[in-house]
Amino acid sequence: MTLSTDIDTLPQVAETGEAERPLKARPLPVAIISAITIGVIIAAWGLASAYALVSPVFLPSPRQVVLALYNLVVTGFVDATLAEHVGASLYRIFGALIASILIGIPAGIAIGTSRLGRGILDPIVEFLRPLPPLAYLPLIIIWVGIGEASKITVIVLSMLPSIILSTSAGVRGVSKDHVNAARSLGASRRQVLREVVLPSAVPSILTGVRIALGAGWTTLVAAELVAATSGIGFMIQSAAQFLVTDIVIAGIIVIALIAILLEYVARQIERRLVPWAAHR
Amino acid sequence: MSTLTFRSVSLRYPPRAARAGVGEKLVLDGIDLQVASHELVAIIGRSGSGKTSLLNLAAGFLEPTAGTITVDGVPIEGPSADRAVVFQDDALYPWLDARDNIALPFKLKGVPLAERRARAEQLLARVGLADAGDRRIWELSGGMRQRVGIARALAAEPRFLLLDEPLGALDALTRTRMQEFLLRIKAESGAGALLITHSIEEALLLGTRIVVLSPNPGRLTAEIEAGFNAEVLNGASVAAVKASPIFKRMHAGLTGLIHASAEEEIAA
Repeated sequence: MTLSTDIDTLPQVAETGEAERPLKARPLPVAIISAITIGVIIAAWGLASAYALVSPVFLPSPRQVVLALYNLVVTGFVDATLAEHVGASLYRIFGALIASILIGIPAGIAIGTSRLGRGILDPIVEFLRPLPPLAYLPLIIIWVGIGEASKITVIVLSMLPSIILSTSAGVRGVSKDHVNAARSLGASRRQVLREVVLPSAVPSILTGVRIALGAGWTTLVAAELVAATSGIGFMIQSAAQFLVTDIVIAGIIVIALIAILLEYVARQIERRLVPWAAHR
Repeated sequence: MSTLTFRSVSLRYPPRAARAGVGEKLVLDGIDLQVASHELVAIIGRSGSGKTSLLNLAAGFLEPTAGTITVDGVPIEGPSADRAVVFQDDALYPWLDARDNIALPFKLKGVPLAERRARAEQLLARVGLADAGDRRIWELSGGMRQRVGIARALAAEPRFLLLDEPLGALDALTRTRMQEFLLRIKAESGAGALLITHSIEEALLLGTRIVVLSPNPGRLTAEIEAGFNAEVLNGASVAAVKASPIFKRMHAGLTGLIHASAEEEIAA
């Protein structure tokens, strides 16, 4: 189960006319168009800095940014190399992910299977879900201090709603026939939950985890901007204070690349773990 | 030998309407029916006659509004492995391969892994799928899926097989082959069977007894004995049986009965 919709998978009327007009050039693949777009943006950026249209303090050249990236990897910035900053950030995000899976899946099951669970947990989740995590970050800092715990707590809170909601949706979306089949084969309530409801909710849970990772990453960087002594968000914030714009831009690129990578890995795990999700 | 008995069973749906009587519908009315181990009772009727509700009651998925359903005199309490259901759209678990689908009832009973896999292999062989154990469900054809579904139901060692249009989604050729297969499997298992179908031909061919259900509300309007299944089990070809004059005559008779109940409904 994926939440994305791709217009390209829809039948396109224009393509059917193609056979009758063989002379028309083949349309460019989307990937090529995207590559050209990125190329144009970088070229425009290069030109703007080469002709000093914008002060280099605000917009360093692409070359400078690549150099900054290289220096970040080799010597680092604010007492840590890029790997150490990224490592600190990843440690937080995966620590938070494990915690939110351990809390979120049982909570989602409780909401999906019991009226009592839904009554107790629904208002909490619904309160938390629309809140921007940075709105409660100051409170969390007051409560648990400025150390790792506050950042992990904030990330956990930002990840929990999507994991809880996708788990409860998965649990509630179980096929009635699948449940009835198990009952007529002799399954107890507990066995129905373990053998049927949970496995059938796994695709939905994994989708929730993937969305949670995205939300968590956003929150993490923001939290590090506000309160941290290491991490990729902290690195950008420090660089900005000294107007080291090339490091700021290099950091932003790294953040984007990691986000893309996390999304990719999560999709691969989904494909590996639940190959049957496409065949229900 | 076991007997599944419906005594004056009625069903209103939905079971708990907001106010009694409002939005409620009488789905089944005063059903008296018995299915013994040696029988395959085919229930036939038009859409809306409550065929599937009848099966859901027998399975324990629904509770009757009035009357009792018993197995050997003991009232049923919800679903149980002694009444295993085969579903129209197979209801196999896509996260398990064919073998583990069949092994599930053993797993539910706590049979150790190696033993339940071995017993599932035996059942796979029995339904003609000896090499298909590792296959994923979506790699199987419709007919193969139903064989797995039937094998899974047999793994529960039921006293009754409840067959909810198990061949309804198959193409005509596969369906004919599966009809004969179903008869043999049912005979070997020694379980009684309740078959829901909307095909008069299938009911006649497979049923030891055919029960006609008329709609709004569902009532039993006719019950006839048939012996074609014994002919098939004794080696007669399905095609020959279906082509015989007596089969055609009974087919016409049953068609008439079902239409008559439809006309009564229009007149009322």
